[in-house]
Amino acid sequence: MIFYALLTFMVVSALALLWLRNLFAVVMLSGSFSLNAAVLYVVMDAVDVAFTEAAVGAGIATVLMLGTLALTTSHEKADPGVSWPHLAVVVVVGAALIYGTLDMPRYGDPMAPIHQHVAPEYIERGPKQTGMPNVVTSILASYRGYDTLGEVTVVFTAAAGVLALIGRRRKKKNGVIKRTRSGERP
Amino acid sequence: MKSLRVMSKRRRREMQHKEVLRVCSKLLIPLIMLFALYVQFHGDFGPGGGFQAGVIFASAFILYALIFGVDVGMKVLSPGARRFFLAAGLLLYAGVGIVGMLLGGRYLNYSVLLQDPIAGQHLGILLIELGVGVTVAAAMITIFYVFANQDDSE
Amino acid sequence: MMDQFAGLYNYWIFIVLMMIGFYIVMAQHNLIKKVVGLNIFQVSVFIFYISMSKVEDGSAPIIAEGITVYSNPLPHVLILTAIVVGVATTALALALVVRIRDSYGSIEEDEIEAEERRREKHF
Repeated sequence: MIFYALLTFMVVSALALLWLRNLFAVVMLSGSFSLNAAVLYVVMDAVDVAFTEAAVGAGIATVLMLGTLALTTSHEKADPGVSWPHLAVVVVVGAALIYGTLDMPRYGDPMAPIHQHVAPEYIERGPKQTGMPNVVTSILASYRGYDTLGEVTVVFTAAAGVLALIGRRRKKKNGVIKRTRSGERP
Repeated sequence: MKSLRVMSKRRRREMQHKEVLRVCSKLLIPLIMLFALYVQFHGDFGPGGGFQAGVIFASAFILYALIFGVDVGMKVLSPGARRFFLAAGLLLYAGVGIVGMLLGGRYLNYSVLLQDPIAGQHLGILLIELGVGVTVAAAMITIFYVFANQDDSE
Repeated sequence: MMDQFAGLYNYWIFIVLMMIGFYIVMAQHNLIKKVVGLNIFQVSVFIFYISMSKVEDGSAPIIAEGITVYSNPLPHVLILTAIVVGVATTALALALVVRIRDSYGSIEEDEIEAEERRREKHF
């Protein structure tokens, strides 16, 4: 029951995000949207994921968006109105996807194909081979270490990209913004 | 156009009067860091691990910079140090894999790190989670400081 | 009729969420709003993955005595790393927004396009 209440609340939040014009409110609401998702992950037994979402989605992402608002503007200009071609695309794609779900295994079905492949092996062998009760950590760090190495590289690259894009401090001269060589050094 | 940096300067003057906020954040920051370390090293047994710990550790620095001003926060961790940690975590991760190769295993196979395969797995996972935590924390702190420190104060 | 679709509502709600995100990305003109829309899209995919990993009467995949049924840990691992990568790429997108604002003086798509046309005519 709480599962469906949370899902409904997420849809309401997303619709409110669509309608709001004040970007400050949009950012705060997207933070609460993330927190809502984190609670949903706990309901679905994914405690590690919930932990990450609460720290990252509701915490850091909100702070970064607020930082961007301080650097740009906090109010959206005019309401673009309903864009009918885009709405039509969304409805068609959504209908196709919903048609596709009719063949999906039902929610919580223990016989679903996803639970028959490698997952039971991980749960059975993980604690024996790595000596760790948390199966998520043993898969993350050991069985799928390559995967995680790639993800850490992406985080590294994104930080390097942010440094390359706006790492140098800007200076305003006659209304033209220039970035100086001095970089981000204080 | 107001930037965080300009705001932080004005706010720092205001902060001199807001004792409660300053004292509370000073009390909270060590606890946040301690919690991050707990999440980092207890990830094998409970929920947690390098990704979460890195973000929580970074949030301690972000709180410090928000309360005491970004330029004060910059002095705690210089840009050079941030870049060093950004690369060091990733290199630690990749290095553990190479050490495993030199010891006769496959890349990122930790069982060969020590005599006992399970102890080897423990050591390997501890090291690579540390690498993940360091890189994620450094990345988040770098990104926040870059965003918050955009304008030269003239 | 209703029984036939029981257990599928959750998928439908993810699709609704995903389509709201999709619509925001396509139809809204404000770049920050587009980034938020992309985040909604992302979160809907995350919930979709996690809901597939749920096993009825299962427990969180941390092995403990007296518990026999665990949810599938594999999607948890994939999504856990994807969340952190997601915020890093969001930061990159926001950095691009800041640069665009510096160069064009606006973060509204139509104004940026108008400025682009004006500059093309100029040179």
